[in-house]
Amino acid sequence: MFLTYLRRELRRRMRQAVFICLGLALGIGLVITVTAASSGMKSAQQKVLQNLYGVGTSATVTKAPTFGSFAGGPGRRFTFRPGSTVRIDQLTADRTLGSLSQSAVTTISRLRGVAAAAGALSASNVDTTFKIPTFSGGFGGGGSGGSGGSGGFRGPGRFSPGNSVSVSGVDLSSGSGQALGPLSNGTLTSGRTLRAADSGSDVAVVSSGYARSAKLKVGSDVTLGGTKFRVVGIVFDSASSAAPDVYIPLARAQALSGMTGKVNEIYVSAASSASVASVKKEIQNAVPGVTVTTSADLASEVTGSVSTASSLANSLGRWLAVAVLVAAFLLASLLTMAAVSRRVREFGTLKALGWRTRRVLGQVLGESVTLGLIGGAAGIGLGYAGAKIVSSVAGPLTASLGPTTGSATPGGARVFGGGFPGGGPGGAGGTGGTGGTGAFFRRAAAAAPHTTVHLAAPVSGNVILLAVALAVAGGLIAGLLGGWRAARLRPAAALARIA
Amino acid sequence: MYKLSGVTKTYQKGRSVVTALDGVDLVIEDGDWLAIQGPTGHGKTTLLQMLGGLDRPDSGVIEFNGQDLAQLRESQVTRVRAASIGFIFQTFNLIPTLTAAENVETALAPLGVGAERRRARAQEALAGVGLADRARHLPSELSGGQQQRVAIARALVKDPKVLLADEPTGNLDEGTRDEIIGLLEGLWRERGLTLVLVTHDSSIAGRAQRIGTMRRGRLSIRQDSPAARAPD
Repeated sequence: MFLTYLRRELRRRMRQAVFICLGLALGIGLVITVTAASSGMKSAQQKVLQNLYGVGTSATVTKAPTFGSFAGGPGRRFTFRPGSTVRIDQLTADRTLGSLSQSAVTTISRLRGVAAAAGALSASNVDTTFKIPTFSGGFGGGGSGGSGGSGGFRGPGRFSPGNSVSVSGVDLSSGSGQALGPLSNGTLTSGRTLRAADSGSDVAVVSSGYARSAKLKVGSDVTLGGTKFRVVGIVFDSASSAAPDVYIPLARAQALSGMTGKVNEIYVSAASSASVASVKKEIQNAVPGVTVTTSADLASEVTGSVSTASSLANSLGRWLAVAVLVAAFLLASLLTMAAVSRRVREFGTLKALGWRTRRVLGQVLGESVTLGLIGGAAGIGLGYAGAKIVSSVAGPLTASLGPTTGSATPGGARVFGGGFPGGGPGGAGGTGGTGGTGAFFRRAAAAAPHTTVHLAAPVSGNVILLAVALAVAGGLIAGLLGGWRAARLRPAAALARIA
Repeated sequence: MYKLSGVTKTYQKGRSVVTALDGVDLVIEDGDWLAIQGPTGHGKTTLLQMLGGLDRPDSGVIEFNGQDLAQLRESQVTRVRAASIGFIFQTFNLIPTLTAAENVETALAPLGVGAERRRARAQEALAGVGLADRARHLPSELSGGQQQRVAIARALVKDPKVLLADEPTGNLDEGTRDEIIGLLEGLWRERGLTLVLVTHDSSIAGRAQRIGTMRRGRLSIRQDSPAARAPD
């Protein structure tokens, strides 16, 4: 009886039913599309962040450099002779990151909520040559009346800009180094990755982009800090330009850059995403003076079209979806109320026959929930279509980390800093002063590292459940608003209504 | 069957208060056929609604088989209506989207009768009013007289103790009117029903056992009509 009555009644007011279903479908479809797009944005942002410091990393620990630390590491003595060629091939730790003791890695790995921790040394290798111009003549003549000679540098010097290669020293001792940090983000395309046994060896893994530009392959050599490293593997590093060019064992990077026992980045993996915030606090307490950056912290620094699209989806998109959904619910309620008011007499008759109020109301609710479910099903279809359109129409999105905020944000910090070798040319035969360990001519990248991601708008099971819940809620609201009063009328009052 | 004492009902109509029933006393025995006459707006329908528990009086007692309908909760009155009271309306009040058989079934739905049994009884009831071959027709496909027969079948399918008919022939032509009244009379005799029929038609009222007249909310019962025949 219930289903028969329901079916016949919906057929009777087919046009109204179609309007209600369409309205609900539109509202629910929009909610699904916006939620899917939002979820896609979050994934895109997550990919950006992962590209910066790798999959599985919950937080990074760095320290701001202290004043005067730029000269850290041993200076090299250069001998400047006129006409001589000076070659500088030097591995220098990233000057925008302060150094941390390697024991901090152990301290952090033992903290509550920390699943793993690995140290790393972010550095760059500069390989440049310059020729000192010749100097002829002497200084002014002595003696009275004598005229000075004409001295000075002659001939052009020559300065070759050289290469700057970004290097990451990977901690191979515990196995965490490969699982955390930028190397974990790469996909091995040839050769092998670094192993624990490589800790003291001069072996390297290079990024595919660098391999292409430097014409390297597995078995090639790459010189860092005057030492030849054998390339054992090549990793594809996605579209991110923030990934290092070369990965070498941490111990070798420390030795060559004069940073033995030190790291300048610590990658931390939390036991669960819920514990990231507490892990951050624990680290800050255990190792004072450090900056702990989590995904949440970096997310606010992500700029570019990913960020813009994300804001759009979250604010405008969500509000639009909510507005359309509310309008759909209102429309459904109004149309149901209109339909019910035409049936008051019918309900009065049923009550006169012995139907209880809740049975009458149940009939009305059944009709409106059915319309809600039909609208919901159509809405799911619309939502899928909308999400598909978003995925296929949305072009590649770019994302960058904004300029450093003063905290030593990994990735963002790499492109800053620089300097010139210290010491100046001495006089002829002189010796130049001790050079500082400045690094200059960073990789020619954009002002901030950027990455390109392709937006996908996935429709998850949760979103479908949400859609069904909205559909049922819409039906219930419409039925209750429309039917409650009518169903509760005394039979005599209902029968007295003119149809 | 019924005992009404001092039943009063008033309605607010705009600024004025209308007294539909003014201290009505009435006794209806089992198997009685009572016709209630009177001009429009003098309380006939209101009295019928009180007898059927479709509304509550402002004061007074409406005893039905020992229960005061005025004191029962709404759900209890609904249960009494479902099991014991059949209604027939002037405008038939069939559900337009349900077939004749389904309309009859609506009277059995609140009694928890299973679907198959419900269908069988509905078919039986329709056969009893001569409409077995119209079971699958919608009300819009039936004549006025046929619709009223369906309504009668719906009222009787649950074997009620009392049948309350509010102007059952009001919307029918003369020929059909006689047909319907004849049918009701026949059923009253066969089943020993208690029948309370509201009408403004004297010829119909004259066929009842007793005739009551409502005037300005007050009921006066005429002596038993000589034309009435007692049930066997």
